[in-house]
Amino acid sequence: MIINHPLLGPRDTSEFTYLGDASLINRPDWQSDTAAPEFHDYLYLRDNPAGTHRELWFHEQGDRSWLVVTRNTLTHEILATELARDVARKTGRGK
Amino acid sequence: MRYSALAIMRQVLNGHRGWTPAWRDPEPQSNYDFIVIGGGGHGLATAYYLASEHKAARVAVLEKGWIGGGNVGRNTTIIRANYMLDGNQPFYELSLKLWENLEQDLNYNAMVSQRGILNLCHTDAQRDAYRRRGNAMMFTGSGAELLDTEGVRAMYPYLNFDDARFPIKGGLLHRRGGTARHDGVAWGYARAADQRGVDIIQNCEVKGFRIENGKVLGVETTRGYIGAKKVGVAVAGSSGRVMAQAGMRLPIESHVLQAFVSEGLKPVLDGVITYGAGHFYVSQSDKGGLVFGGDIDGYNTYAQRGNLPVVEDVAEGGMSLMPMIGRARLLRMWGGVMDMSMDGSPFIDRTGIDGLFFNGGWCYGGFKATPASGFCFAHLMATERPHEVATAFRLDRFKTGRMIDEKGMGAQPNLH
Amino acid sequence: MTQNNRLQGGLIDRSKKLRFTFDGKSYEGYQGDTLASALMANDVRLVGRSFKYHRPRGVLASGSEEPNALVELRSGNRQEPNTRATTIELFDGLEATSQNRWPSLAFDALSINDRFSPFLTAGFYYKTFMWPKAFWEKLYEPMIRKAAGLGRLSQEADPDIYDKGYLHCDVLVIGAGPSGLIAALTAARSGARVILADEDSQMGGRLLADCNRFEGVSNADWVAQTLGELASMDNVRLLTRTTVFGAYDHGIHGALERVSDHLAVPEAGKPRQILWRIYSKQSVLCAGATERPIAFENNDRPGIMLAGAMRAYANRWAVTPGKRVAIFTNNDEGHRAAQDLIQAGVKVVAVIDPRGDAPRIAECELLAGAQVTDAQGRLGLKSITVQMADGQTRPIEVGGLGVSGGWNPNVQLTCHQRGRPQWFEPLAAFIPPAEMPTGMVAAGAAAGNLTSFGAIASGTNAALAALDGLGIKACPVDLPKGEDNAISIMPFWHVPGKGRAWLDFQNDVTVKDVKLAEQEGFRSVEHLKRYTTLGMATDQGKTANVGALAVMAEVTGKSIPETGTTIFRPPYTPVAMGAWAGRSVGKEFKPTRLTPSHQWAEEQGAVFVEVGPWLRAQWFPKAGETHWRESVDREVLAVRSGVGVCDVTTLGKIDVQGADAAVFLNKIYCNGFAKLPVGKTRYGLMLREDGIAMDDGTAARLAEDNFVVTTTTANAVGVYRHMEFVHQCLFPDMDVQMISTTDAWAQYAIAGPKSRELLQKIVDDNIDISNEGFPFMACGEVTIANGIPARLFRISFSGELAYELAVPTRYGDALIRHLMEVGKPMGITPYGTEALGVLRIEKGHATGNELNGTTSAHNLGMGRMVSTKKDSIGSTLSAREALSDPDGLSLVGIQPVNNTEIVLAGGHVFDENAQHLPENDLGYVTSAAYSPNLSSSIGLALVKRGAQRLGETVHIVSPVDDSNIKATLVSAHFVDPEGERLRA
Repeated sequence: MIINHPLLGPRDTSEFTYLGDASLINRPDWQSDTAAPEFHDYLYLRDNPAGTHRELWFHEQGDRSWLVVTRNTLTHEILATELARDVARKTGRGK
Repeated sequence: MRYSALAIMRQVLNGHRGWTPAWRDPEPQSNYDFIVIGGGGHGLATAYYLASEHKAARVAVLEKGWIGGGNVGRNTTIIRANYMLDGNQPFYELSLKLWENLEQDLNYNAMVSQRGILNLCHTDAQRDAYRRRGNAMMFTGSGAELLDTEGVRAMYPYLNFDDARFPIKGGLLHRRGGTARHDGVAWGYARAADQRGVDIIQNCEVKGFRIENGKVLGVETTRGYIGAKKVGVAVAGSSGRVMAQAGMRLPIESHVLQAFVSEGLKPVLDGVITYGAGHFYVSQSDKGGLVFGGDIDGYNTYAQRGNLPVVEDVAEGGMSLMPMIGRARLLRMWGGVMDMSMDGSPFIDRTGIDGLFFNGGWCYGGFKATPASGFCFAHLMATERPHEVATAFRLDRFKTGRMIDEKGMGAQPNLH
Repeated sequence: MTQNNRLQGGLIDRSKKLRFTFDGKSYEGYQGDTLASALMANDVRLVGRSFKYHRPRGVLASGSEEPNALVELRSGNRQEPNTRATTIELFDGLEATSQNRWPSLAFDALSINDRFSPFLTAGFYYKTFMWPKAFWEKLYEPMIRKAAGLGRLSQEADPDIYDKGYLHCDVLVIGAGPSGLIAALTAARSGARVILADEDSQMGGRLLADCNRFEGVSNADWVAQTLGELASMDNVRLLTRTTVFGAYDHGIHGALERVSDHLAVPEAGKPRQILWRIYSKQSVLCAGATERPIAFENNDRPGIMLAGAMRAYANRWAVTPGKRVAIFTNNDEGHRAAQDLIQAGVKVVAVIDPRGDAPRIAECELLAGAQVTDAQGRLGLKSITVQMADGQTRPIEVGGLGVSGGWNPNVQLTCHQRGRPQWFEPLAAFIPPAEMPTGMVAAGAAAGNLTSFGAIASGTNAALAALDGLGIKACPVDLPKGEDNAISIMPFWHVPGKGRAWLDFQNDVTVKDVKLAEQEGFRSVEHLKRYTTLGMATDQGKTANVGALAVMAEVTGKSIPETGTTIFRPPYTPVAMGAWAGRSVGKEFKPTRLTPSHQWAEEQGAVFVEVGPWLRAQWFPKAGETHWRESVDREVLAVRSGVGVCDVTTLGKIDVQGADAAVFLNKIYCNGFAKLPVGKTRYGLMLREDGIAMDDGTAARLAEDNFVVTTTTANAVGVYRHMEFVHQCLFPDMDVQMISTTDAWAQYAIAGPKSRELLQKIVDDNIDISNEGFPFMACGEVTIANGIPARLFRISFSGELAYELAVPTRYGDALIRHLMEVGKPMGITPYGTEALGVLRIEKGHATGNELNGTTSAHNLGMGRMVSTKKDSIGSTLSAREALSDPDGLSLVGIQPVNNTEIVLAGGHVFDENAQHLPENDLGYVTSAAYSPNLSSSIGLALVKRGAQRLGETVHIVSPVDDSNIKATLVSAHFVDPEGERLRA
């Protein structure tokens, strides 16, 4: 497969390391009253869709960016790639 | 009809006119006591043991396509009980025992062949880990032998002992491991289940569950609504999709595992060998093809096909271990969708919905588990209690922290 | 031997005679021959045996679809099994041997299977061999395995090299027949970067095999002219002998170039084959079509072949399987083949066509409405039986029969991404699916355009579509005129009859087998295929599958498209394992990383060990030492009593900088780092988010905003990736940057009571490293050897007074030599990974054996380190009950009661009288070593309630070693539990 890196252009996936669902960005608040079940759901449960999937790839053999790649798990078509940092900020993550 | 050499002889005289379908092609009834969703190895085995062990009379298997068309029909056919952890090993030993009597149980030759599995090690730490594992196998009576380099050389002199990047330091030999004819397993269970009255309904896709007051009443299918007292789901790579219809999210991701077969070759390899320094394992089928595989492709997918990097990675491992296969040709490759769980171990459990049971998360190891998976799932569905060797396969184990993580890779399915 | 069956003409070079042997017998052929054509020229019709029934077989086809003519090519370590005679280019000295027969090809003992064929029907083995139970593995299966397979491996390492490479293009054209050539020309003239690949040794496809296809220009001239123009263009790359075998995601294709297979041995330094990964923006599939046979009784006799193949042998190679031949066809193309044969000088006795209205095209007898019902001649065709239109049968003496049941477009690559081909009634064949792989178009015969003009028109149109997709303005090309009549074919799959009629030749699947499968309920195509082994032979059923599908459709009363089609998977033709692996074999399987002191250690005669990608010194044997333990014990004792040095460069080093560096490390480590003063180092434990220990190491604060984090060797890459994840994905606004500096610094552990004395002679004079000036856990930037920048850490893995000294890697070799020189008076001793391991086990330090991915901080005795006052990765889930269970596993030391007994890592822990069953298993030994300081074997173990049971006696049981010893649970800190030495 080829990932169109937002900064570097098309790169072969063999340069990347895969992590999983981009929902791993949404790490719960440790001080929440229900932190334990929230962390359980965050870390262990997956939508695992047959279709559009947002997922994290690390450009290990490249610029070391984490990317959020939107890819169809039935066809492998890649619909979008973003820097994970930008996605994280958009979802309100900061320090 | 009972299968035997004599039966064949009779049919030869009869011009083979007397063979009947291996299983019926019934119309679905309006309701059943037990519905098993998924006509793969696990689903068919579950139905068979529901009928044979628990005398369940009204059982149906619903299959969206044709039976045996999922992972039981696309794997590398290995059977073994060489696990390390208490949650796993007794279960796989039960499976191995069931394998050992399978042909006689089913009256079907699934070609179970215990020609041995040899896991090679290449470092001291790996050998220590194999010792720990081998001992765990001994405690369940599964049998294990720790070999040194010379012991390995005596078995397979053509392996790469002299020019290896990671020299072979020994291996763990599991003599009772081996292979079985994968399609034969599915068909054998199907035929035996059918003979015990199980309705095997092909081309019947489940489109939803009917659930009221926290209890399952039946399933909506492409062939209409079918009622059931109890419903068991055993759909491997489709687990996420099917259970989503019951409103459940699972600790499972779907990944593709590729497997490969070479052209037919005169026998050179008796048992199964796994390479400890790369992603490669291999056996030779009774037809002569080298059957081999490696790692999963590593990204979520429902496509039953993989990509080149993994093929190359597997071949590199193969050539590094067995330099003599350079001129053998890879004939066919295929991909199966694996239900990769968060700790690499499976689930055989109740769900939050009364009467709905789940069997899945077998990762790339479902084939060897087929008999015990069916046996234990049938036990759970029939008695509502987990079988004693399957008590650890709970869906809530991540809440308590009782993971069954053989590889120690944590909550990242593609690393298991 | 004379070439009796050689005709006039052809594309062979008669000036170059080549000698070859088949089954030890010598023959001659010409440059340009294949092994198949050369054997045919020499009237050798029997070339192989089938898999199951060992039926005598001849050549069926003229290309890579060949199911019958498989040989072992070459000998010795280059022996290559299952090689298709039809694709082997003849070279001088070629050796080929027939396979799957014993003792000889003409007399094969296992042909007895053919007599027993009524017993050996499809799937018979599922029904028998079950009684008595033990006989399956002892008797039946060994017998079956003995008969398994076709060709033999040499069982020697392959001596040839294989390469891999990447190619990039705008348009990849797959197949260089008429449509492929015109597609490439259209794309190339428009300026696109074009790769044209063809599996054959010569480009031209069917234009090489058929008589003139175009008006006013010969096939050869048109091909030469087109190829000449393509070859002259800089934007075109022509790849002959190159099979594009797979279409993968995003326009990536796999291709195999057979660089040297047409030579006796590869030229020096040249690879045998190259595996290309071709990255194309657009691709045009022009893979042609494969002719299919018609099944009739004994249709597998040597001498019966595909009509198009017979035509190709006559036109291209100037050979014929016999002087008198006949053609059996259900379509017009078969008649044209007959006409070509007549023109080539072959006597065509008759064209037999089941169509009552068959056209008269060839100048020979036409038997319309007739069919071939049987064939005679076990080792070579002698005659056929024809049932005439009037029902009469007529024997016809022939040495060859060409059969054409129509043509199947080679749609394989269009379906590699799970597209399903569509049934196309006019051709009675499957054509490419509506849903093609992204960027792929099919053209020519592969797309169902079987006429000459149709092929080239579709070829140029496909190229125009590809250019349009690329946004390139197209330059049209002139097309030659060719016939363009509608295809006339009557679907006709098998001749009714009682005998066996073959569908899949190699695997011996007959019409009867398909019917039996249906009778037994194996009706879905996948069931049919699996039950009968249809299409699973080395040819993947290229000539068999559609015919079998048609038979199944007939018996179930369904149409062929309703019956279905199987999925096509790569590779299109089989690919050698060597090619897939390329150069990553043997010692080059994975890269080897060497430490800065490697060369020096080699000079010392060190023994090296593989540690992940690294090679590290395991121990340094001295003259007179005969056992590794002698060396290791000496090294360990030297560290405990004097000073030792060990290269620890392989530990991961991550430089962390930024205003939020400390806050960031506070997230990464479960213990606190925010308040670590500058100039200090702290041990840190990293958890995964699931609360399991991930890695441990130290972090040294060199400045307010600068830390150096160390990781274990094994986890260096993973920890860095994890830290970037935590930063970029979880805390993107933290002001922190990090980079791996593992390769940038050479680092040595200098350990032992005399280590300070040594270092004082190494660091520059102005630097105070006294115990007060540079206490335990101090760190700082220093200079050594007159101004060389270095980093010094007072940390200890061994438990002794110890330091780690890091210099820029380029000084690494000089530093080890300098240390050894300066340390000589103190008796400095280099030590390797074995001694390192013994020292850390004696001290009770955990490593990868303990941090094995299943242990929590609590298990490791570090539960209290997990701060509950802050958020860190893993802190929440590490509180789960099983991870903090006081009755769970905890890390302890193990010492045998009898110190002559040996603790084995991997042994399990049981109470004295407990039965050795899983439910009584208390834990396992993670690490073990011989401690020369305690004069005893010792170990570390994870034991249930271990911490509460210190002093108790247990058994360490290792049945795989027949070992069961009594041992005491002790503190894991065997040496200096108070830590006085390291603070000294």
